[in-house]
Amino acid sequence: MSRTLTVLAAGPLTTVQDAGRPGLGALGVGRSGACDRAAARLANRLVGNDPDAAVLEATLGGLVLRADADLVVATTGARGPGSPAHHAPVRLAAGARLALGVPDTGLRTYVAVRGGIAVAPVLGSRSTDLLSGLGPPVLRPGDVLPVGAAAGPMPGVDLVPVADPPGGEVTVRVLPGPRADWFTPDAAAALTGTPWTVTAESNRIGLRLAGVGLQRVRAGELASEGMVRGALQVPPSGQPVLVLADTPVTGGYPVIGYVADDDVDRCGQLRPGQTLRLRR
Amino acid sequence: MRVLPSGSAALLVELDGLEEVLGLYAALTEEPVDGVVDVVPAARTVLLVLDPALTSPAAVEQAVRRARPRPGRGGPGERVELPVVYDGADLADVAAALGVEPAEVVRRHTATAWTVAFCGFAPGFGYLTPDGEPWDVPRRRTPRTRVPAGAVGLAGPFSGVYPRESPGGWQLVGRTDVAVFDLSRDPAALLRPGVRVRFVDAS
Repeated sequence: MSRTLTVLAAGPLTTVQDAGRPGLGALGVGRSGACDRAAARLANRLVGNDPDAAVLEATLGGLVLRADADLVVATTGARGPGSPAHHAPVRLAAGARLALGVPDTGLRTYVAVRGGIAVAPVLGSRSTDLLSGLGPPVLRPGDVLPVGAAAGPMPGVDLVPVADPPGGEVTVRVLPGPRADWFTPDAAAALTGTPWTVTAESNRIGLRLAGVGLQRVRAGELASEGMVRGALQVPPSGQPVLVLADTPVTGGYPVIGYVADDDVDRCGQLRPGQTLRLRR
Repeated sequence: MRVLPSGSAALLVELDGLEEVLGLYAALTEEPVDGVVDVVPAARTVLLVLDPALTSPAAVEQAVRRARPRPGRGGPGERVELPVVYDGADLADVAAALGVEPAEVVRRHTATAWTVAFCGFAPGFGYLTPDGEPWDVPRRRTPRTRVPAGAVGLAGPFSGVYPRESPGGWQLVGRTDVAVFDLSRDPAALLRPGVRVRFVDAS
């Protein structure tokens, strides 16, 4: 019996993710990593892994795994109906399956396995970066994922009380961005005073938001400049893009504001159609 | 130097131009600021990404204001030579834009000492800036959907080498066999900020 997990179904999109590739921005390599970092870390802690070990990030459920040896797993983030391991470490006996249904709320479910997903790292990380193409390929049925050796002791908990990601309207904090002065006072007021709808064009690179058009006071081009997750970029359409995990290292659209870093995790759980509100 | 806010986990430093960016980037990599996990130079800015658990934007701003920028060029930067076959599809267009013969474009491109100012667009895509006379080459009106890896191009004031096949709008003057981004090499990127580059005619 090999310490592996076999992918029986991969759902709409499942990738391997860890803490990403910080520190390589000067080489044009973006950070990537789990969209909901807090959920990924929690999943790891539940099975006694290093918090930044590689986990699976399933989008809208649909993931079915088979344990090829006796393993311990835990899921966090969006609650996929059918997972007995949600917010709880559970033994998955050799031959047993873990199947994630479509969550009622939230978008991304994290699956940690004790020992971590041990695919080969690329530039120090096992994260799949869908923008740059770095890291392991997107999961497909039939993939066999190696599982590493257990590193730390199991935590002494059966279940952690964590709220599920909410549906409906979500409010996060916004902080000043570097190019707030490129926009009209009306745009500044609309950013925090009006609702933003998450559109279906959203992905791991960013949330495309729809709402009141944010008007500029300055014409002209901005020389591309560095940005990190949480940036609210505003293209000429005036409809902002909230940058998530697979960020380009630099961008040429002015950034009007930043979602507070801690709150970006919650944005990574927003589904198309949900309403985002930004407050100062 | 203007320090611009970038949320709770970063700080954007705006400078007068490329020379100042190169100088500050060199200072910040030689003497790293505590709690800063990434330093990203661009055309007129340097982004400092910080770990909010270790430091704050205010503390990083103080450290940046104390940094002593290095003279941007002429330092002991690593030197790279790139052999180029100058048979690019846009060589004639570039020559026309500059008002010279194609052979003169090749002569100037190989005679110029280039420095990597920053990376962007794709992993390992370095924006090379000339040490002497500035270049000014318009981008293609219509970007190509497919530019091969190793293509050597010009756009605006910059020259560059495509690290892998991708779409692209730069004017292509030639190609090199040197892999400018190679995951089996450490560091994977050959053209890192501060590296000095010479193109050699291998036509």
